[in-house]
Amino acid sequence: MSLDKATVRKIGFLARLEIPEEDLDGLAHELNGILGWVEQLSQVNTEGVAPVASVSQMKLFWRDDAVTDGNMPEKVLANAPDAADGYFLVPKVVE
Amino acid sequence: MTELTNLTLAEARDGLAKGDYTSVELTEAFLARMQAHKGLNAFIVDCPEVALERARASDARRAKGETKGPMDGAPVAIKDLFCTEGVQTTAASKILEGFKPQYESTVSAKLRDGGAVMLGKTNLDEFAMGSANITSAYGNVVSPWVAEDDTDKLVPGGSSGGSAAAVSARLCLAATGTDTGGSIRQPAAFTGIVGLKPTYGRCSRWGIVAFASSLDQAGPMTRTVRDAAIMLGQMAGFDAKDSTSAKVALPDFEKALTGDVRGLKVGIPKEYRPDGLNSEIAALWDQGIAWLKDAGAEIVEISLPHTDKALATYYIVAPAEASSNLARYDGVRYGLRVENGGNLDEMYMKTRAAGFGKEVKRRILIGTYVLSAGYYDAYYLKAQKVRALIANDFAEAFKKVDVILTPTAPSDAFPIAGGAKVDPITMYLNDVFTVPASLAGVPAMSIPGGLSQRGLPLGLQLIGRPFDEETILRAAGVMEAAAEFSAVPTLLRGTK
Repeated sequence: MSLDKATVRKIGFLARLEIPEEDLDGLAHELNGILGWVEQLSQVNTEGVAPVASVSQMKLFWRDDAVTDGNMPEKVLANAPDAADGYFLVPKVVE
Repeated sequence: MTELTNLTLAEARDGLAKGDYTSVELTEAFLARMQAHKGLNAFIVDCPEVALERARASDARRAKGETKGPMDGAPVAIKDLFCTEGVQTTAASKILEGFKPQYESTVSAKLRDGGAVMLGKTNLDEFAMGSANITSAYGNVVSPWVAEDDTDKLVPGGSSGGSAAAVSARLCLAATGTDTGGSIRQPAAFTGIVGLKPTYGRCSRWGIVAFASSLDQAGPMTRTVRDAAIMLGQMAGFDAKDSTSAKVALPDFEKALTGDVRGLKVGIPKEYRPDGLNSEIAALWDQGIAWLKDAGAEIVEISLPHTDKALATYYIVAPAEASSNLARYDGVRYGLRVENGGNLDEMYMKTRAAGFGKEVKRRILIGTYVLSAGYYDAYYLKAQKVRALIANDFAEAFKKVDVILTPTAPSDAFPIAGGAKVDPITMYLNDVFTVPASLAGVPAMSIPGGLSQRGLPLGLQLIGRPFDEETILRAAGVMEAAAEFSAVPTLLRGTK
């Protein structure tokens, strides 16, 4: 399968990355190169193989469902590009 | 007396204990070298105030007869991927410029609480994505090594290139690195140092800027195997804040260095010797085999049949996880924000377009694509299945052998100028020998084996069973002794 400009633009939106029109062709070419290369996995017989998300042999441990942290709004907001009155500020969402 | 900056971590530990010098003296010596070698661009941030404050505290403790452990007073560098409280942490990205974490990563906190002195934050590939340290938004790192037949500036490898260059050039006693597909081991090989990627789960990932969460592991970068054992002991251990952190016993890794490998079964995977393998790399590998054999180890040919599919698997799994992890950079809670009166989506898109570099964007796009509706099964699910086969290859091999020996990288270091021109896939091939162990989650270590004909370091890789760093350290110690690697970087020649 081959990516065209429209698909790259669509992926760009899904990833919330603005891609200038003049970069679309170059990116499509590069991404097609990488996807063409990873295509080699289709040669591997994986019938009956269970996919793994992690190779950690361990069962994830559980902790008590308790509040262990908090009451530090200044720290949470310390690196915010814009904040006021204990809140993050963002552009208007609801018209 | 040996120049202080030439000391190994073990020597510094012993010298500090004997009172031969103070932590402040050591720290000042390294800070002066960092200043003298700014041209390497190994550090994004220097923190002399933090360093001297910790050094003074260490000396004060020692004066009272107290110490917090083997690294108390030891000046080290921290890769700029570890969040450090109050000290800028960028992941070498513009999107995090100015970000000052309000907390300390578990690994750097363990080092801090063990009395180690933080000299600064080392440069890396942006978000640890790269094999040459040329994707950093803060400029490339220059290797302290230069080829004998050339004057080109060389890459230190990546992504932990700043840490590798700093350890190799004696700008610190040791440094932290992180390894997702080879980011500790390949730069260690390129710069003639030791780099250890522990078992997945051995070191907490909490507070490390995430790249690919099922692969990322922190580890030590040092000049000797003993130093790696000492530092790993200070970095590792269970952490309730990382759900994948392993509840396993923490051995005294230094005790593993017995110097005895008699009867050890060493696997040599035939798939790591493809047609066209660089003849110098092949020769070094043979030399490494001979060293272990001479020391009484048993050499066993093994097969890791899915080796040649590891890189393609990695370049689906890692970008997929990265695209998800990097979704957090939204211009709202920290880091860069770019807006010009548009709506929220436009702010996200402009912020991320301005904040991320080319390679990071490429991987986010690939990751987004392979996870998107209609392609998930063909790419991501397929890669997860092949990953299971690769992990199984290692599990089968470790029924027959105790440790596996391979080369670390397919070549010696290449010029910075050339690195910028190669296409992505050629660059990805640097990790062909390191990626399989990452996908399997097993521990692996690079040690310097010798020099190429051009006078540049080459590394050998030892791979072990899960949570058996002790065996790879033991084998590495024997190989280190046999290799007698004493070459110093070009930068240091004539300065004794």
